[in-house]
Order: sequence, then structure tokens, then C-alpha cells
Amino acid sequence: MQQPNAYIGTPQNRVDGRAKVTGGAKYAAEFEAPDLAFGIVVSSAIAKGRIKSIDTSAALAVPGVLQVFTHENRPRTAWLDRNFRDETAPPGSPFRPLYDDKVIYSGQPVALVVAEEFELAAHAASLVRVEYETEPHMTDLDLKRSEAYVPPKKRSGVKPPPSPRGDAEGVFAQAPVKVHAEYRVAIEHHNPMETHASTVVYEDDGTLTIHDKTQGAQNSQSYVASVFGLSSSQVRVVSPYIGGAFGSGLRPQYQLFLAVMAALELKRSVRVVLTRDQMFTFGFRPLTIQTISLGANPDGKLLSIMHDATQTTSTFEDYQEVVVNWSNLLYHCDNVKLTYKLAQVDTYTPTDMRAPGAALGVAAIETAMDELAYATGIDPVELRLRNYAEMDEADKKSFTSKELRACYQLGAERFGWEKRNPEPRSMRDGRELVGWGMASGVWEAIMQKTAARAVLTQDGNLEVASATMDIGTGTYTILTQIAAETLGLPMTSVATKIGDSSLPKSPVQGGSWTAASAGSAVQNACLSVREQIFKYARQMESSPLANASIEQVTFAEGRIHLTNDPSASVTFAEAMQAGGVERIEAEEKASPGMLTSMRYSGYSHSAVFAEVKVDEELGVIRVTRIVTAVAAGTILNPKTARSQILGGVVFGLGMALEEESMLDHNLGRFMNHNLAEYHVPVNADVYDIDVIFVSEHEEMLNPLGIKGLGEIGVVGTAAAIGNAIFHATGKRIREYPITIDKLLG
Amino acid sequence: MNRFSYLRATSIDEAVREAAADPTARFIAGGTNLIDLMKYNVERPTRLIDITRLPLDRIEESDGGGLRIGALVTNDEAAYDPRIHDRYPLLSSAILAGASPQLRNSATTGGNLLQRTRCYYFYDPGTPCNKREPGTGCPATTGRNRIHAILGTSEHCIATHPSDMAVALAALEAVVHIAGPDGERTIALSDFHRLPGDHPEIDTILQHGEIITAVELPSTDFSRNYTYLKLRDRLSYAFALVSVAVALRMEGETIAEARLALGGVAHKPWRDPEAEAMLRGQSAAEGLFASVAACILKDAKGYEDNAFKIDLAKRAIIRALFQAASGTPQSQTDKRIQ
Amino acid sequence: MSSSQTSTALPERISISLTVNGETRHLDVLPWTVLLDLLRDHLGLTGTKKGCDHGQCGACTVILDGRRINSCMVFAVMKDGAEITTVEGLAKDGALHPLQQAFIDHDAFQCGYCTPGQLCSGVALIKEGRAHTRDEIREFMSGNLCRCGAYTNIVDAIEQVLGSNAEAGQ
Repeated sequence: MQQPNAYIGTPQNRVDGRAKVTGGAKYAAEFEAPDLAFGIVVSSAIAKGRIKSIDTSAALAVPGVLQVFTHENRPRTAWLDRNFRDETAPPGSPFRPLYDDKVIYSGQPVALVVAEEFELAAHAASLVRVEYETEPHMTDLDLKRSEAYVPPKKRSGVKPPPSPRGDAEGVFAQAPVKVHAEYRVAIEHHNPMETHASTVVYEDDGTLTIHDKTQGAQNSQSYVASVFGLSSSQVRVVSPYIGGAFGSGLRPQYQLFLAVMAALELKRSVRVVLTRDQMFTFGFRPLTIQTISLGANPDGKLLSIMHDATQTTSTFEDYQEVVVNWSNLLYHCDNVKLTYKLAQVDTYTPTDMRAPGAALGVAAIETAMDELAYATGIDPVELRLRNYAEMDEADKKSFTSKELRACYQLGAERFGWEKRNPEPRSMRDGRELVGWGMASGVWEAIMQKTAARAVLTQDGNLEVASATMDIGTGTYTILTQIAAETLGLPMTSVATKIGDSSLPKSPVQGGSWTAASAGSAVQNACLSVREQIFKYARQMESSPLANASIEQVTFAEGRIHLTNDPSASVTFAEAMQAGGVERIEAEEKASPGMLTSMRYSGYSHSAVFAEVKVDEELGVIRVTRIVTAVAAGTILNPKTARSQILGGVVFGLGMALEEESMLDHNLGRFMNHNLAEYHVPVNADVYDIDVIFVSEHEEMLNPLGIKGLGEIGVVGTAAAIGNAIFHATGKRIREYPITIDKLLG
Repeated sequence: MNRFSYLRATSIDEAVREAAADPTARFIAGGTNLIDLMKYNVERPTRLIDITRLPLDRIEESDGGGLRIGALVTNDEAAYDPRIHDRYPLLSSAILAGASPQLRNSATTGGNLLQRTRCYYFYDPGTPCNKREPGTGCPATTGRNRIHAILGTSEHCIATHPSDMAVALAALEAVVHIAGPDGERTIALSDFHRLPGDHPEIDTILQHGEIITAVELPSTDFSRNYTYLKLRDRLSYAFALVSVAVALRMEGETIAEARLALGGVAHKPWRDPEAEAMLRGQSAAEGLFASVAACILKDAKGYEDNAFKIDLAKRAIIRALFQAASGTPQSQTDKRIQ
Repeated sequence: MSSSQTSTALPERISISLTVNGETRHLDVLPWTVLLDLLRDHLGLTGTKKGCDHGQCGACTVILDGRRINSCMVFAVMKDGAEITTVEGLAKDGALHPLQQAFIDHDAFQCGYCTPGQLCSGVALIKEGRAHTRDEIREFMSGNLCRCGAYTNIVDAIEQVLGSNAEAGQ
């Protein structure tokens, strides 16, 4: 029988499920405040130039309009652009809303209309008249590619490409088999279902309580404090529920600045909610052009890898992500040259989007590897096994664990890969061509320093708290599981508090690091409580545990008992009463192990297998089946973990077939800025997805062996689908998304 | 959104009279496109006349064995009406290919015909657009035009009409019933929408103050050999890149009568009598269908992003003709193309 | 795009009554108040979500007079006398609607923001009685976007409730 309260690794329903299915969960735009005013943003129509004049008189004349903020009447805020930096900012000068008359990208906020009611503000905003003086802009990467540069200042947390090893060019030139091609992935916008919003509650004492759509309550808090010259005690960010983000909430977005500015100036509470169209007026996954050259022996062994990527950034920041490093992380090769450059265009700065860099880089290398499989006549899985990287060759480190081989094997078995006829166009189902393709996935297992607090009260209830977030990932649930199991309580006795800047320190939620980081911190805090309560239990008069060590006891169902004699037990309440305490509180941190990271590299891996059915004449593609096998260390909750992977796969499907933010280079503007014309997958697009978690013993990264799951589901999915399309049709399309026109073209 | 006054009309006469008296007044029924456009400040009527309480919500037998669909019949009601489902399955199919169940529950028959283009530029008041603001230019011709027209365009506008339903109605030779200040009139559906020409701001022949009261389907027998084939950028809930409505009357192996209309390619549902005539009296054959497709697209003009539509439309026409001729219409829930 | 309308007097508020989750409410609304905003901002029923405000995502789906609609595309004044069910009205006396429980059991959501719309849409779909296969569920749920990608779990949840209804002879 399962031990009571052994929750880690078991499927559990979301603890916030009831709140979410009843409408009780409150998101940023849903918090009430007395005298709440509503702000609507006016966006620039031009990509570059200056505001010649801005006529707000008609808007101000609307009864109920409180103020129209523009660069002309903006209250004084921080002067230095470094005050606008946040914990995820790339090098450069962050965008400062309403700073001056300069327009530096299309859709830039140029005014905020604040009124007593939402409808009034929306009406008044339509009356603001802006006259521009335009300057020539450039948004076309193809025309700026020749000016691309290696970013002079590295972005914190983003590894630049490693130095070249061997002689990649020379060996490629002599290689018996060569693949050389260019790959593109279109611009994507995050488009979480909840648009960005901030409700700033102006408290009686002048302090601010802010409900912000963010992936980091403390990141938003420190941004507001820094920009507006407030102390951290004057600003509290409380965001218990986030309607998805996928990276869009990593940086404080401009609605936060505008709402706080208005609240401070008007001395009343203000809510600013962006429209769906305005979700296309800040960060995005940048257009990336990649060139890959693979040199190989006829047996498929890689002799040379060259992988170059050029992406766009803005004119004011050097956005960076890890695009090219993955090629050598996945494959052994002695001659490797990886390069990464940026080109400036007149858009906003790109922002990390689910599996930033990897989703792009792996899409390219895994398409190129499929091309190599056909060039050598080797099965795509076999080709990957022949080039399997046994270590992180760039850093010369071993992997903490790597069960990618098992991913290939188990994924292939479940998919039925051995029944595949490798010949393109060889498989049919009636009129449709059938294609089977596969790809690998990889993402770094990251851990960030995070703190958590645990408070046990005599009534047997435990509260754990950290300023981390749950953007839909399941943080509430896994922290509850970890806390309950560590202390031996039913999950129903544990309350998890997150999403509040006043809680113990946590970085933003991102990079798949939350489970490992906040999970370990909660575990440490609970272990500390365990030790204290055990101390009280031992010290009780005639305690049955008096001679036991903590290793000899079990915590379960609110009691401590001898592991080999469950009848010798003390309840938590008894121990606490005896110790004369009503509550036991502990705050602990968790940090990545320095020794481990010096000697080892930690990555999660996956093997994705896709089946497509293609009506070739009409260019209609259906992704009828996906099997993805994931090795990511300990799976805390197979139910929510599976959902993470399902979601990643659907995101990857969008990249493969549908998602593209279309820039009109004449106007320098994204044109399909809505959910009718920016296509994300709908229910009808998604058939069967089978998720396998491959058993992977991980003990170095953190005591629970967690690697994280937020990104890995995306990585490799687009390439698997693209490779399946090639197998079905014999047509190699190197530009994602693969839309009807490309398949017919 | 701008301010407007609101009137709940209690009779067609009142609605027409009130509308005619105010040049910026608009009728509102389902609202799924008008409210959408008002929120974008593309439409800014100062008076809305709510016609949802008018007695135009019935589907009735018409003289001559057809059906008369009241202008306020929702898309959902029309699609699932047993009479339409049995006698005009092409119309049911086309309706169910469009939008979502939620939108089909609100959107009406009359409103569907009056929905406006999905052109990115038309929808974005931050950009020029001859349809929205005559004389400002058409950035679509040199910009992003993936969803734009290939037939019947003008230098001033390359927008498409986005409806699926109207494409089927065009093929079925429906007639639009109109009431206005000068009384009632009817017009063939195929003549209801106009081409952009020099006045892309005008979508239809409807005059200000006129109201659609019904769409009438003539008695036909296309219930066995028909199809609505819609091609788009995802498998549901997206506007057509190209759609094809085909209705055939077969006598044995011979096509006795043929109707074909295209969606997603022009400022109106696109019919070509010459091409339809090519089908009459012939038997189904790839070569014939290819000639028909070539005929329909012979004057097509593509732009940078949408040139693929010419080829796609030809292929879709051929496939749709096969679907219709063989009595295997496209399912709107099974996404495998028949 | 006239901007001279600001001087015109505001139109009168118009009295309507709506029955929301079984409770009849008499309201004085301005003509341009959209049902979604009325629910969220004026009635405090924030369970209904605004995802796009243009009928493109389904997050605002409510059941109006028995039919699922996008509440963002409706002026409240036009729905005088209507009966509306929002996500807050699905549970009865604290007992979850079977589809709410099925969503929890199948983990048919992640961030939860599209969930109220998915639920109202799914409850209506079940009542419509037109979806019998997974293909049909997928198609008839395609008006509700889920960016977290919970689609297969949503279909599982709906299929389960459809199946148990069929067993119960409903």
C-alpha cells in the first residue's frame, strides 16, 4: 500500500482547480477598489518619427474623463534609463513610456486616457488626435542582415555561443556528405488568453497594492519602486492568478508603468487593461534566420557542424537568447562553429517566448538532421543515436543525467516507428499522404536562488509561501504536494501562498526553473519545520521517540512515529503543546549547487514523433498523432506535468503550421494583430497527443531531482511536424510556419 | 467606441423611417460584426436602431416551393432547420463552415450578408484604407495581402467579402428581399454585393434606410450533389483563403445543371456563368473540371502574398466539383478532405 | 471619424431587466454598455473573461436564453428580459456541475483564463445534443481558444460527461 501523504510523483488534481472552474480565481483586471478609474492606451500609428502635436481637448471634454497623460504632461519619473531595468532586461536602454516626443516603434503608447468608467475612457481615447512627423524606418531583417553584429554585451543568464572547436569550415569542405541550408521561423507573439492588465489600488496611506499580470511579483514591485522613486514598503504586488504568459510577463510591461503613473498622479486607484491588438505592441519571438552546414561520413557520423543565427532586436536593447548552442549539445562533433548575431530593426525589443532560443535553434538543427538522414539513407532515429552526445562537449562537462536514448526508444516503440517506410511519399491513407517524422528536444535544467517559508500551526495546518508564481504551470499544486509529503500531512491541510511580493524572495517564473527552485525552497523550509517539531516531540515527557533520530521516524498524517513501530507516535499537536509553541515557522533558501554546476551540465530531453496526413493537392495538413517522450528527472505530478507537455506540443504545432505575426515593412507595423488573423491552434487542429515520461534518475541538480517542464514540450515539435511533412510529400519546407501556400509553392 | 442613441424598433416601417431620417444611423441585429467594428472605431454610427424585435425571425415556405428565411433568423437556426438541412444542405454546410457555434447563435441571415471585409488595413484605423476613409490609399496592394482578393479587384481596393453563407446563397441563386423608404424590392444575391471599383467604401447595393427583410431560396433540387469546401489557415474558426460552393443536378452521369460560387477571392461571392455553362450537359471528368477552373480564374490577378490563391482556387474548384458530382459533400466536422 | 459628438447630450440610461444565474436584476444601462463589461465591471461577475473583446477567442462565452454566445459582441440594452447563465451559475448549492468536476479530473485547463468560456460552451454543447464523436466535440469547441493547449483534456472531459449522460439515458 502507498504510504500516506506520499504525494510526490503521484497524479493530483490542481489545488486551484475549484477556483478556476467556478470563476472564483481573480486575475489582474478583476480586483476591486473604491473609486477605481479606468485607463485606455492610445497607440502610435507610425513606426518612427516624432509626435508633432497631440490634441487631447476633445477627449478631456468628455464628462467623466479625469486626465489624458502624454509625453507633454507626464509626471516626473525616474530620469535614468537604468532605473527602468528589470531582472530579465537585456543590455541596453529599456523603453520608457511617454518619455518624450520620439516614436521608436509602431504601436508605442503615446497617451493614456483615464476616466471614471471603462466605456468613457474607450470613447475618449478615440477622440485623441496625434500628428506625427515621420522618419524612415526599417523593419525588414533581410535588408538589415548585412549589418548584423555580435552583441557586445552579454545578456545575463544567456550563454553566448562557445568558441569554435576544430576546423569546422575546412572539414565541411572535404566532407563526403553535406547538408547546407537556411531555415526561418516567423515572428510569433505570446498571446496569452488574458491580455496584460494592472489594477493599481491607491491605499489610504498612499501606498500601492498592485495586481499586475506578471511572471514575477517582485520583479514588478522593484521596477515600480525604482522608476517612481518609492521604497519597496510602499509597493506591494499581489497576483495570485495569471491567465497565461509564456514569457510575455517576464518584463514589466507598459500598462504597469502607465497605471502606476496615473494612480500616483490622480491619487486614486487605476486599472489599465491592454486590448488584444495592443498585445502586439511589445515583446515577441523575433524573426530568426539560421544557416546550418553539416558535414558527415556516409555512415552518418558528423564531421562538422556550423550553425549560424541572426535575429532581430530593437534599436534600444540587445535582446539575446540561446539559439545555436543546442546543435553541439545534442550531437557529438569535433569540428564545431556556432555563431549568433543581432540586427536592429524599428520594432519593440523581442521578449523570451516559451523555450526562447531552443524552440528556434532546435527547429533548425533537427530539420537539418532529417535532411542528413535522407542524404545518408539512415533512419532518423538511428542517425541521432550514432551522433549521440555523451557529454557537454563545449563546456567539457558530464551530464547530471541524460535519458535521451530511452526517449528515442520508448517514443519510437509507442509510435510504431519500425513500421515506417523511409521512402517519402510511400505511405497513404486513402487520398491523403501520410508522413512520420521525428525530432529531438533539449532544454537546460535551471535552478535559481529562491526562498520559502513554512508555518505549521497547532491545529495541524501548514502554510507555505514564496513570491513565485503560477502562470498555469501548476506551481500551487506541486508546492502543496512537496510540503504535504515533507511534513506528513494531507494536501488538504496545506495552504500554498504565492504571487505576492511580500512573500519570501523569488525570481520571475520562467525558464522551467520554478519547480526546481521554489520546490526545493519549500522542501527546505518544511524540513526545517520537521526538525523543530521533532525536537519538541523528543523532549516530551516520556516521549516514545526520545531515543530516536530523525532518520528513524516517519512523518505521516500529522504524526511522527517510529518507522519500524508505528504505534510509537506523537501527534504534531502534542509535540507543539509540549514545546509550548502554537506555531513553528521556518524560512529557508534553495540555490543551485555551485560544485555541481562547475562539473556537470543539466538538461532535460525529449524525442517527438509526429504523424501528419496531407491532402497534397489542396495543401491541407492535419497533425493526427504526436508521441513525445520526455526525460526531465523527477516528475512531481504526472497529471499536471502531462498538461505542461501537451501545452508545449500545441505551442509547437502553432509554430509548425500556423503562427506568424505579419509585418508590413512599408508601415513598419504588425498587421494581423488580432486572434482572428494571428492563428493559434484551435481545438479542431489538435488530435491525439501521447506523453511519455521516461524514468530518469537525477540526484545532482537538487534533492528532489527536478528539471522542469515548461519549455521542453515545445522544443522539437515543429521540426518533428516539418520532417513528417517531408516524409509525406517529399517537399522540404524550411520556413515555419508551413502554410498552404508553401506546400503548394 | 463612440456615443450613440438607441432605438428599439417595433415595426419595419418605424425602423426604416428612423434610419432614413439620420444619415449616420445603422441597424443592429446580431451585432457580431458591427460591435466588433465599433470597438475598433472603424464604424462610428451615432444612432443604432435595434431591429431584433421585428417579426423577421421565421423560416417559411414561399410561393413556388422555395423557402423564405427571415433576416433575423440566426445562422444556427438556419443551419439546423430541418427544411434547410434537407432541401438546401449546401447552405447548412456553408453556414457550419463559418465562425463558431457562439457566433452562429448571434449572427443573423441579414447581417451575414452585410458583414464587412476582414482586410487588416480596413480594420486598423492607424493605417490608410480607401474602404474606411475614401481617398487615403490602399496599403494592401503593396503590403500584406495574404487574405486578399484575386478577382474583380481595383487599384483602390483588393478586399474580400468574408462570408461563407453568402457563397452558398449565391450558388443557390437566392433573392434578397429589401424594405426601404420607397417600398419593397428584391434583388438577386449575386447582384447584392458590388465590386470595389472606384468606390470601395460601398459594399452592397443597399441604400441608406433600406433593410433586408428576408432571403428567399428558390425551389431547386441540389440536395444530393453539392459541397462546400473551405480552405483556411487552420482547421476551424478561420476565414476562408478560398472556398467553393458547388451545386449540381445530375441526370445519370450527366450534369444537367451546375452552380458554382467562390468565397475568399473577391469583394463578393464570385460566380461565373460562362464556367457554369461549360458544365451543363457534360459528364464529370478531370479535364472538364480543370477547364472550368481555368475559365473562372482566367482574369485572376495575384499580389505578393496571395498569388498562391489562384492555383489553390483552381485545385479547390476541381476537388469540389468531384465532391459534388460523386455525392460526397465535404463534412465540416471530419477535417479529412473528401 | 467625427470628433464633434462630445457636445451632444448623453443619451438617457435605459431600464432593462436581466435574469443572471437565476437572479432577476433591474438595471439602468447606457446603450453602449457591452454585456461582458456589464457582467464584469457592473455586476462583479468577473468569472466571465475578456480575452479579445472581438468574438475571436470565446473566453467571454455565456449561455443566453439557452444558447451559448460571445458576451463581448452584445449590447446589454438589446437583451432586455434575457436569462443568462455565467460560470458562476453552473454549480448548484455548492455542488459542481458534472462538467466542472470533469474539467478538474481531466486537468482540462492550466492558467484557467479560458476555462469559464470553455465550461459555458461545453455545457451548451452537451445540451445542444449535436456532438457525438471526438471530431464533433473538437469542431463544436473550436470557438474557444486555449493558449495553454489543454484541448485534448477538454475533449476528454466533455466526452466523459456526454458518455455518462448517455448511460443515464438522458
